[in-house]
Amino acid sequence: MLAAEKKLASWHIFVALAALALGASFGPLQALEHMGINVYPALQSVGLQSYYQGLTLHGILNALVWTTFFITGFLGYATAKSLNRPLANITVSWVGFWLMVVGLVMAAVPLLLNLATVLYTFYPPMQAPWYFYLGLTLVVVGSWVSGVGMYMTYWAWRKDNPKETTPLIALASLITMVLWQICTLGVAAEILALILPWSLGLVQGIDPQLARTFFWFTGHPLVYFWLLPAYISWYGMIPEQAGGKLFSEPLARLSFWLFLLLSTPLGFHHQYVDPGVPEGWKFLHAVLTYAVFFPSMLTAFNVIASMEIGGKARGGKGLVGWIFHLPWNEPSFVTQVLAMILFAFGGAGGLINASYNVNLVIHNTAWVPGHFHLTVGTAVTLSFMGILYWWLPHLTGNKLWSSKMALWQAWIWFVGMGIFSNGMHRLGLDGAPRRTMLGVAMENYGNETWTIPLIMVGVGGQILLISGILFFTNMVMTAYFSKEKVVVEMPVAKPYHAGATPVWLNNWQPWLAGTIVLILIAYGPMLFQLISQAQFTSPGFVVWK
Amino acid sequence: MIHVNVYEKWWIGLTTLMLVVFGTAVGVSAFMGGIQVPIPEARIDPRTVAADPKFKDGSLQMLAPGKYVAYVRAQASPWKFFPEKIEVPLNSTVTFYVTSGDVQHGFRIDGTNINVMILPGQVSKMTAKFDKAGEFPFVCHEYCGVGHQNMFGKVIVK
Repeated sequence: MLAAEKKLASWHIFVALAALALGASFGPLQALEHMGINVYPALQSVGLQSYYQGLTLHGILNALVWTTFFITGFLGYATAKSLNRPLANITVSWVGFWLMVVGLVMAAVPLLLNLATVLYTFYPPMQAPWYFYLGLTLVVVGSWVSGVGMYMTYWAWRKDNPKETTPLIALASLITMVLWQICTLGVAAEILALILPWSLGLVQGIDPQLARTFFWFTGHPLVYFWLLPAYISWYGMIPEQAGGKLFSEPLARLSFWLFLLLSTPLGFHHQYVDPGVPEGWKFLHAVLTYAVFFPSMLTAFNVIASMEIGGKARGGKGLVGWIFHLPWNEPSFVTQVLAMILFAFGGAGGLINASYNVNLVIHNTAWVPGHFHLTVGTAVTLSFMGILYWWLPHLTGNKLWSSKMALWQAWIWFVGMGIFSNGMHRLGLDGAPRRTMLGVAMENYGNETWTIPLIMVGVGGQILLISGILFFTNMVMTAYFSKEKVVVEMPVAKPYHAGATPVWLNNWQPWLAGTIVLILIAYGPMLFQLISQAQFTSPGFVVWK
Repeated sequence: MIHVNVYEKWWIGLTTLMLVVFGTAVGVSAFMGGIQVPIPEARIDPRTVAADPKFKDGSLQMLAPGKYVAYVRAQASPWKFFPEKIEVPLNSTVTFYVTSGDVQHGFRIDGTNINVMILPGQVSKMTAKFDKAGEFPFVCHEYCGVGHQNMFGKVIVK
């Protein structure tokens, strides 16, 4: 069943895991630097020039490549599986995949040659070679093409099933892809209209404020593109894995629609301290950022209630007794539950970041990477690892090499990230900047309150390294050296309450129209002003040699 | 409409209440309490910043007793703030104008609410009152090249 789709998904996973393996391997080195042990000079013999080259590779390979390849593969496969039919035209998806691969290679070459040490935000007027930006563009365009493959499949299904409600997993996958295609228009505009002509030398200057605004148009919904596939698993699969049912299917659908509606028109909350944006626009985006907290709170209730149904069905009793009856020996489940727990802290920190002037305390401090290692680094990445614990056996037919090792991996990640992230948050509150060699900064301008959190970061990073090694060992052994064959099905949660889905939760038009209108209101006037008043005066700089 | 469980109604209500309380607190502190984020101040041609008399080496001007303006230039390669030391008397109010002639930088002063991006082409403005004696480091908080970690200065309050 779906053999061709399985192959397509496996290739996506292969590239995603290769990117994560290399990208994540820099993390422990950065953590060591914070502890005062800088190993980068020793790595110059293998071509790594600086801490910041390592940091750029870490950010781009983990946050952009691992996520985008995994998610594009996952959404496409989940759509086909959930609609219970093959992809309408799998060639389209393969074209998308290979475009992404070509783009990845184009971006990876200058990264590895230290020609593009610009971090994953690539803020102009730092200037990398044009083919670096074109490569990133192709990765995005490739994912768009794969998205079209998903839509074709949905339309074919809809034609055959004109009256049916779209299954939750398929609907949520499609919403995530639409969200991605809308929001990446920002970074596409940034690269195609501003950066490419400038890095090719066709124009002399760029407007950094305008470029940042385009970037963050994409930059925040990007985090929902990362997070929503984890939510698809938490809503659509975890209840089944917990032995329960999805507590409220309609509210699950509502959450995804709200994410489509609210994820994009709030990018100025990354620009609260930008000099070129007036306070009214910043405050409007603060309010909208609060609004998008709402569907996440809906998710927290719904997912926990679904697990409670599972715990009670498995014999648990009382207010907390059900927790002990959850399948704590199932790696896929445990991994994702631990991701959820750390995400609660990430969400709380995110509300602080979103809070307009409160952000002055922590903006661009170590608090911020502390925050997003709980969100994209754990809620997303650890959940994807948890998904792979059933998905890889499902795709390959090979039994997971070691369940025990997978359970250890999850708990070690949980502990390591807890220590690392706590250290980073504390450093941020004490004024340590982000994206900085803090081991050196400590000597320059640090204070004694940094000492212990810097050690926590260093130690946490090494614990995460152990977890990473266990994870990749398990993946490689399962894929290539497993001798036992198994049949593992994709878990699909059933709704707790049977009943028809209201039409407004199954109808694209009002939500799409609302999304576009809200973006036009929240961005239109200010973007028009920034464009009409743009001053293309900044030449390019290379500041990492 | 859809059926919503009674506990979930409470949960939604509490979430809404929490967001309203937080939003009000933030709004009041910002628009009535004066704890504001930076707003557009002025544009500048980044290619001339290094020759600008106010920004070239940075400068401090006294407008009135206890009232100062500081002009600060951020520079990559070599990585430096101009000036690196700003000395003001206790209880001074200082308005900082900060810009860059090359790449993006950041500006955060310990012990104050000053936290702002420095973008080429823009002048960033923020004000703080220094009512404690001591040294307050300011650091670059945006990656600006391989010497980023060496980029700092201090406000000395006497």
